[in-house]
Order: sequence, then structure tokens, then C-alpha cells
Amino acid sequence: MFQKRIVVCLDVKEGRCTKGIKFKDNIDVGDPVGMAAKYYRDGADELVFYDITASHEKRGIMIDVVRKVAEQIFIPFCVGGGISTLDDIKDVILAGAEKVSVNSSAVRNPSLIEEGASLFGSQCIVLGMDAAADPEMPSGYRVFINGGRKAMDLDALAWAKQAESLGAGEIVLNSIDADGMKTGYEINLTKMISESVGIPVVASGGAGKPEHLAEVLKAGSADAALIASMVHFGDYSVGDIKKHLMSQNIPVRL
Amino acid sequence: MIGVVDYKAGNLKSVDSALSHLQGDFFISDDPEKLLKSDKMIFPGVGEALSAMTVLRSSGLGDAVREFAASGKPLLGICLGAQIVFDHSEERDTACLGLIPGKVKRFAPDMGLKVPHMGWNTIEHIDIPLFRGIPQNSSFYFVHSYYIDAEYDDNRAAVCEYGISFTAAAVKNNILACQFHPEKSGEAGLQLIKNFIELY
Repeated sequence: MFQKRIVVCLDVKEGRCTKGIKFKDNIDVGDPVGMAAKYYRDGADELVFYDITASHEKRGIMIDVVRKVAEQIFIPFCVGGGISTLDDIKDVILAGAEKVSVNSSAVRNPSLIEEGASLFGSQCIVLGMDAAADPEMPSGYRVFINGGRKAMDLDALAWAKQAESLGAGEIVLNSIDADGMKTGYEINLTKMISESVGIPVVASGGAGKPEHLAEVLKAGSADAALIASMVHFGDYSVGDIKKHLMSQNIPVRL
Repeated sequence: MIGVVDYKAGNLKSVDSALSHLQGDFFISDDPEKLLKSDKMIFPGVGEALSAMTVLRSSGLGDAVREFAASGKPLLGICLGAQIVFDHSEERDTACLGLIPGKVKRFAPDMGLKVPHMGWNTIEHIDIPLFRGIPQNSSFYFVHSYYIDAEYDDNRAAVCEYGISFTAAAVKNNILACQFHPEKSGEAGLQLIKNFIELY
């Protein structure tokens, strides 16, 4: 049976995980490779690493992290953050990531999706999209770039469809309104985008408890749900979440 | 010694990592002569069928894979490599290697399913050494828009449901093929690769 995915997201700055993270296990909580291994053992279906390194000179550190993760983690993983050229995509893929996520750079230069997909295949190219409710937009949602700081004259639904036609293989859809609130994913936005495109949609932003994942995977028609602080702070384990989803008859990998 | 065929179809880093992790004795090469001397062959691949077949023809690697298969030594095709061991792919109407009878078809867009079939899905497998120690309905990681339709039941080693039931793994004597990515399928996938290393 085809299963819904739980994707665990880690922010990495200059090769170190940035969020304060409480683990019961005796591991280096700042080490992205150790944390990736921990989530792999806990049953995460996929991992996403966001490189939030500010300086361009230090980007090479992330490539080392990707290489080490690829050597130890035998599930798919995606790398995003600061990917702006075909060379950036190539570096990450050749270091062993399955997927690369492009966000602001793809809005500024949509051909990045097309060229990346033709070079490495659609399955490698993920569109990361930050959207917020805006009644002035045709779909009711506007696209933002630069980490949600800059509003664009771009409709979220139109951009999702355009990215699909350019060759994106998946969309990670982050709701700016829900992000950090821990009150649940943005169901309307997720459902609208997921049911309008033929590629998988990963819901992001707003998860605070397992019920939120069940809601977005069912009512929100999401193919996967992204989580971060919910598991980083030790409130829940990936296993706890999957148990709840099973109890709601949502197929997951055990 | 396992020879991993490098025909520039996608990235071999994950196959390399899994074999290293399992301490397999292997090398990665694009040299048909060297590959023919190996004891076992892994034929991976991600990408598109026609360009892959074009490279396989011009490089002589396609003939090497055929010759290796005919020698009776164990061969494992993965993903695009699994599709290419069949007769034909609908992807740009591509004639493939014809080592196992069957066709590779496109998932119909009208089934209401997302294509590619991307993510984890369970399989049901027959009792062959490749699946030793792997429970029925274990999950494997798939990424593909075309699926294998093996012509004969005897060659279906595992089936998977995605709108339709398709061939998730195939076997014909010494030739093995899996549509999913064992190198990205967690412990079940590592067990399968270990079985290929130890039991064939």
C-alpha cells in the first residue's frame, strides 16, 4: 500500500544544526550527521536539510555534511537553502542528495527548474514555496521570497502549476501564516495546491501535535508532512506520530 | 567482486554508499572489459530510457551487460537499470536489452494518481534468496513514471500496487531486477543488497 511520508527538517548553519534540541540519546545534538542517523533509526521516511549559512565562502561545509549523510543514511534526503545556480544543484546531487529544493532563486529565474530537471531528472528538483493568505490574489494566496520577507506579485496556485510544467518533481509548500504557530497546517492552501497539480505536495508549517499531521494528510490531501520542532524538542518521536497516523487509518511505513 | 556499471545515468553515490556500508567487494567502472571480468554485476540508473540506451549502445556497455547476463553470473538491475533489462519501454518508444520478456509502460494519467510514483510502498514477493529475511509487505522507496509489466508470471519476483498491480521485482535465472531503490529503502533495502552480495 502506498504510504504517506513523514519528512524531518533540519536547519544547518556552517555545518552545525542550529536549533536547541533535546534528545534522550547520548548524541551530539549539533551534529547534523548524528541527528540524521537518529531520525533514520526512528523511522523518518525522508530528511530535508536547510542550509542557512549566510556567507557564500562557507557553503562548501554543507557539501561535506551532505557527503557524510549520504554515506550513513539509507533513505532519501533533500538539500535546500541558497541553491541559486545549476552548479549549486550539481554539487549537492553529486555529493549524494536525492533532491534539491529551490525557492527564491526559482522565482527570480524559473528556468533554473527547467534546466535542473533536464540535467538530473524531475525527481531531483523540488520547488520550495513560501505562501501567505492574500485576498487580492486570484487563488487567495501570495508567494513570498527571501525567507518570507519579500512579497512577490505572484499567485501561489499559478506558480505551483508553472513549476510543475517547468519540470519540478515535488512541491514543499510552507504556509507563512501557520509557520511557528503550532496550531496546525494551513489546510485550505495545502488542499488547493495538492489537488491542482499532478506532483506530490509536502505540507510544511504549523505542526504541533500528531493530529495536525493526520488532518493535513487527509483533509489537506498532502502526500507528505514536514515536521521540525515537534520532534527536535523531544515532545514527540517519529514513532509516536506514525502510531497516531496508523490509528487514523493513514498508511505509513513502520 | 561486484562490478557496478557506470553509464552516466544518474548518480552512483548512493549505491556506492550502501555497498561500502555493507563492506561489499566492489568497483564502479565504465569499462566493458573490466566489468565482464567481475563475478557479479549491479546495473543501476536514474533518468530516461532512450538517452540511457543511446549511451549503452555507443559505449559498448549494453553489449557487456548482455554478454555478462548470458554468462550466467548474477546481475541486478535497479530502477532504470531494471526497466532496461526488459524488451521495450514506452518512454520515447525505446528498444531495450531484452534479457527478460516484458514491457515498460507509462502510469495512466487518468487514474487520479500522482506521477511519478514517488515514495514508500509495500511489496509482496516470492520466496527467492534476494528477499531472504525481508517480511512480506515491507516498504521500499520508489521513484518512477513508467512501470514494468513482465510478460510471464514466472518472472514476477515481487508485485506492488499503485493504481494497478505492477512488477516491483523480476527474476529470470541469474538476472534480477528491482524497480525500487534498495539503496534508499532503509534496513529492508540494505538486507536485499546484502542478500545479493552473500547468496548469489
